[in-house]
Amino acid sequence: MTGRALLRLALQNVVRNPTRSALTMLGVMIGVAAVIIMVAIGQGAQGAIEERIKNLGTNMVVITPGVSTTGGVSGGAQSMPSLTIEDADLLRSDAQSLVAVSPVVMTRTTVVGGQANWRASVYGVDPSYAEIRDWQVASGRFIDEADIKGRKKVCVLGATVASRVFGEDDPVGQLVRLRDVPIEVIGVLKAKGQTAEGADQDDVVLAPYTTVQTRLAGRQFIGQILGSAASPDQLDLAQQEVKLILRERHGLSEQQPDDFEVRDQRQLAETATSTTQVMTTLLSAIASVSLLVGGIGIMNIMLVSVTERTREIGIRRALGARRGDVLAQFLVEAMVLSGLGGLIGAGLGVGGAWGVGRLTGWATTVTPSTVVLAVLFSAGVGVVFGWTPARRAAGLDPIDALRHQ
Amino acid sequence: MAPAAPVVEVRGLTREYQLGAERVRALRGVSLSVYAGEMVAIMGTSGSGKSTLMNVLGCLDRPTAGEYLLGGVAVGDLDDDALADIRGERLGFVFQGFNLLPRTTAVENVALPMLYDRKGRFADPTARAVAALQRVGLGERLNHQPNELSGGQQQRVAIARAIVTEPRLLLADEPTGNLDSRTTVEIMALFQALNDDGVTLMIVTHEDEVAAFCKRAVTLKDGQIVRDVPVEQRRAASGLDGGAS
Repeated sequence: MTGRALLRLALQNVVRNPTRSALTMLGVMIGVAAVIIMVAIGQGAQGAIEERIKNLGTNMVVITPGVSTTGGVSGGAQSMPSLTIEDADLLRSDAQSLVAVSPVVMTRTTVVGGQANWRASVYGVDPSYAEIRDWQVASGRFIDEADIKGRKKVCVLGATVASRVFGEDDPVGQLVRLRDVPIEVIGVLKAKGQTAEGADQDDVVLAPYTTVQTRLAGRQFIGQILGSAASPDQLDLAQQEVKLILRERHGLSEQQPDDFEVRDQRQLAETATSTTQVMTTLLSAIASVSLLVGGIGIMNIMLVSVTERTREIGIRRALGARRGDVLAQFLVEAMVLSGLGGLIGAGLGVGGAWGVGRLTGWATTVTPSTVVLAVLFSAGVGVVFGWTPARRAAGLDPIDALRHQ
Repeated sequence: MAPAAPVVEVRGLTREYQLGAERVRALRGVSLSVYAGEMVAIMGTSGSGKSTLMNVLGCLDRPTAGEYLLGGVAVGDLDDDALADIRGERLGFVFQGFNLLPRTTAVENVALPMLYDRKGRFADPTARAVAALQRVGLGERLNHQPNELSGGQQQRVAIARAIVTEPRLLLADEPTGNLDSRTTVEIMALFQALNDDGVTLMIVTHEDEVAAFCKRAVTLKDGQIVRDVPVEQRRAASGLDGGAS
């Protein structure tokens, strides 16, 4: 018998017993749907976490001043005032692997608005800071080159600062006072929410670094330089390049340790991703059990079907069917049942994942590979659980089978 | 009238079963030759061994001892797959209980044996099935399912299925056992018409009335042939059957 003939035969038998076929497929349908929904939830969570990490800047390289040691007592992180604007400028022009560089001049002060005051971190930054940290502007505009060059008294407010100081009003165009310096609000940032550690990323005021350095902080040294590598796999190269350039610029001999530190976010990203991967695996493993139960349901029905169709098997054998033909017929029928169940289940799963996403607000992601794998797996279930009934059918003696009532 | 090579040639055929502690000897040395164009009735009471003989001749069962040549091929040496192929290629079966597939149309039932053909003998199985149904007078019932057909019609479908592959030998096991006397005559007339067209037939029956339509009657008793005679005053049923001639 050709494959096509077998497939047609199997489909005929499925269609001729619609109720039984539907009930048989139900187990596999539920199993496949469960697997797809669970994987969708897991992958959705993974995607959401990855998005959060990307908000921090996945390709970001953080350069901070080194630790100064005076008489054996460590001054703590960033105690060595070693980084300057010129360092940042040099990195921008010389480091090939960095696509963006921004100095960060940090200070903390009270933001005085029309009706309210709020104490917030003020960062003096370069226009590329928005790109490096993946900040979006909700209204107004971000700092531009002209602001830097002109040391303009402008700033962009984080969402928290904007609402604390201005409430419902639009802050753009209004003035705030920072250390008695009147500064115009030119934009408001889109809210990012909290970091994994619970720090409010939106509690921030961004201003041109030139402005902050000369009018607010009054310091030559800067707290941080942020760089952005072209891609995550260029992070190692970027770190080495930064070290080389800064060591040379700071005139360090080979014996002297770095007077700065270079770090990136990869470890955080890897930890978070592996956690959600474990969760996805766990969820799909639990869901696979229901697929297994569906397979046992198919075996059960196929065994009943072999008994019920013993006479048919006898007729087929008398008319020239080999044992192999009977085996193939029942095996293909089990595969068609589970495969069809898998396809319908995949449809239900995709719909269900969307529904779960709508109802709970969770991000659910259905990837085509999940669907294909689930359907293939269900067809495999048909082969595994169809084998025993098919063997039984093929092993029947034609005379006994013909006499069977 | 006997041609050189018989269609069926059995010599010293025995078949024994182990039934619990008892050894049942269903056939005890049966020798028989059937030539092309014959129409043989296998007679006997129940337990005479006629069904066992039919199963062996139909390659559904193997003899314990003895030789069976079907169209010159020694069947005793063949494995299970080869026997299945022989059944499909050289034999046609008609059963007492019709044995049609339920919820399957007449055409599909008749086309069934061609599904298992491995030699690509049949280019258009559906057309052949339709032709076979027309030959048994069921050209108007092609797409009826068994439960929509009378007993006689179902047996005609079964006969069409048995002849669709043009077998060397058509074996019928109590083909009229489930039919009334009028329909019995019709079916026997159909068999006669097929025989006239050259189909070799062996019909197992315990009814003398059925045997009367055949050309030769072989009687079994306790697993042995006790009588093998030509049928005198053969009954002809022509005129009752519509579609065969």
